[in-house]
Amino acid sequence: MDLDDTPEQAEFRAHARAWLDQHKHGAPPRSGSSEDSDYIGARRAWQRRLAQAGLAGVTWPKEYGGQGLGPIEQVTANQEISRAGVAGILDVIGIGMLGPCLIAHGSEEQKSRYLGPLLHGDEVWCQLFSEPAAGSDLAAVQTRARQGDDGRFTLNGQKVWTTNAQFASYGMLLARTDPDVPKHKGLTMFVVPMDAPGVTVRGLRQISGEAEFNEVFFDDVVIEPDGVVGGIGNGWGAAMTILMFERLTIGFGSENYGSPAALAQTMAGDEAARGDSEMRARLGHVMTELTAVRFNGYRMLTQLLRGQIPGPEAGLAKVTMVNAAITATDLGADIIGPDGLADDSNWSYLISFLPGLKSAGGTEQILRNTIGERVLGLPSEPRLDKGVPFSELRALETHGAAR
Amino acid sequence: MNLALSDEQELLREAARGTLSRVKTIEAARDALEDESARPDLWPTTVDAGWPGLLISEAHGGAELGAFDAMLIAEECGRVLAPVPLLGLLPATSILDAAGHESLPAVAAGELRPVYVPARPPSDLEPRWTVDPRSGAGRAEAPRAVADGDGDAIVLDGSVSFVPDLPGAGLLVVVAATQSGEPMAVAITPDADGVQVESVWRYDATRSLGHVTFSGARGTRLGVDVETLADAWYLANALIAAESIGSVQTCLDVSVEYAKERHTFGRAIGSYQSIKHELTEILRRLENARGLQYYAGWARESAPQEFPLAASAVRSAAGEALDFAARAMINVHGGIGATWEHDAPLFFRRAELSRRLLGGTHDATDRVAAETLRTAPAAS
Repeated sequence: MDLDDTPEQAEFRAHARAWLDQHKHGAPPRSGSSEDSDYIGARRAWQRRLAQAGLAGVTWPKEYGGQGLGPIEQVTANQEISRAGVAGILDVIGIGMLGPCLIAHGSEEQKSRYLGPLLHGDEVWCQLFSEPAAGSDLAAVQTRARQGDDGRFTLNGQKVWTTNAQFASYGMLLARTDPDVPKHKGLTMFVVPMDAPGVTVRGLRQISGEAEFNEVFFDDVVIEPDGVVGGIGNGWGAAMTILMFERLTIGFGSENYGSPAALAQTMAGDEAARGDSEMRARLGHVMTELTAVRFNGYRMLTQLLRGQIPGPEAGLAKVTMVNAAITATDLGADIIGPDGLADDSNWSYLISFLPGLKSAGGTEQILRNTIGERVLGLPSEPRLDKGVPFSELRALETHGAAR
Repeated sequence: MNLALSDEQELLREAARGTLSRVKTIEAARDALEDESARPDLWPTTVDAGWPGLLISEAHGGAELGAFDAMLIAEECGRVLAPVPLLGLLPATSILDAAGHESLPAVAAGELRPVYVPARPPSDLEPRWTVDPRSGAGRAEAPRAVADGDGDAIVLDGSVSFVPDLPGAGLLVVVAATQSGEPMAVAITPDADGVQVESVWRYDATRSLGHVTFSGARGTRLGVDVETLADAWYLANALIAAESIGSVQTCLDVSVEYAKERHTFGRAIGSYQSIKHELTEILRRLENARGLQYYAGWARESAPQEFPLAASAVRSAAGEALDFAARAMINVHGGIGATWEHDAPLFFRRAELSRRLLGGTHDATDRVAAETLRTAPAAS
């Protein structure tokens, strides 16, 4: 049992650390407004430098600009970026999830056209999956892509919770191409140019007042046949690939969401809080949970090193992390008082941010269902949509509701 | 990075499971509630398995394994509520080994069973070494040690309550403190003049407990440093945590099986989200405690300065996981889970007692806070 690097890892870490030490003065700050185009521009440029230094897209094949290394090296690079206190890549979703999906399912033309600019921050991507009526039940997407006689598709519908859509060049979009088959079967994945006529992006203000997410509307947007990723009707498989990479993306380093160091510092600096048994109990619980997330992350890394891919139980870490982060930020602000909610307080930002995170990447309830069924082997709830053509589902739902 | 069981550890765990399967420990846990003599004496089993020498160095006749290995065995004991006296034994052997005590060969061979008479190290709110009181939420002072002459002879006065595995032990390893608060370990035999041991059990018949009173009792100071004494406390906490992890695993396994078989309104109750989410919560807490068990095992070997935090964290997580799991097992089983017809009450009794021993689960949670505050980065 050890937490040490292998010699290869140690070498990679030394390379990453040396590069960051030398170049970190040129890095943009870790946080800034997504509505500030100068800031976003600086983040793009920094992403390019990280990619050129071999610290981003580490697991990508060399032919597409990656390093052809394993997930452990990417985690190592992320740890060093975090240690250096600088911003990481801007396009976490593109490099971590959408690019890998193109690598797995895309055509050669798509890979050579899109992957390089994605990795280097020249073209930011967004993920167009969730809809107002399809989140946890993702296969219920209603955005419709109809293929015309000329082979081109016409896209109509609405997506939501779309991070980075306001400055993205492309989106990877899950749409329904055949409503007359059961819902998982009639889906197709598309590459959509965000500047195509008929695409409208509207910011969605969150509790904090900032608009990090967007709604995206599609009105008769035309997509060329070469925009299909992985074949017509194969959208669900491509989506599953993305969700698997999402699990890897959120599984590591997430214990810092609770700002444990800042919380410890805030409480240690307040004499009354230090001696308050109720606050101590809250601190003890939250630190226990965040430390557990950290060590379960190490257990996951051990699996990766042995060539195993983490299973759905990784979702438990997300449940723990979000709830512990909520407890931590509430405690941090409780120690300070109303000023903990001031606009320039980091606690205030997190307090506003975390309620939404509870639903991101699958709601807590859906994660618990998935884990209960796939890890514990419990039977699923009876489903009313199995084997039913999508086009008949709405009638079934209406009937069910009236019953 | 390697946070997984080694092949040797897998074998150790399998061997422990095999050894314990030869005794009907859970049936005995129920029978002992009515007749204490039904509690099986697992000392011969412990000796056969080589567990007395687990943490003793090879030079002193032991196996020189680590805390994590010990925790794996404790976990197996907790899985079947086996009354193996690890909580009293292993911290005692750790102190004796550090002292190079003459009894070590006999202890490693299973001829002499020592017991740890614990005291809590100071924290930011409590500068003294303290012990669990007989009653009440406060803390009692550790037994008072006074040197008798210039050598290692010590006179002890004071008492310690609810000491795990105390009755029947052949050697007491007592953590005591001088007038000025300096801690020390004192070896003393239970039949020495001025030592009074009272055997007790509370609610969970699988745990043999005892109160001990020293009235001018004469013992011998053991040459160990203060870190060794603190380590013993955290080791005991890590071990009771590991036992709880094993018990939680059983609560989960039994409840999941029942939830798959039991049907209401035409379907298995495990298909209902209310049941499924409660069971998933047991798993979540169990996995968190397991992650922290690795932390405690790793820290004791490789980062001893973090062991107080790691052991306290795993105690806190595992203790609360067992509280939750034992109640959930009753909930999932419905009324039958609250009767003697089922094993659930035995695990519930285990949970209820464990949370109140060795400082209590809440004290471990507070210790996590104390260690966090102690090591907090300075304000910028």
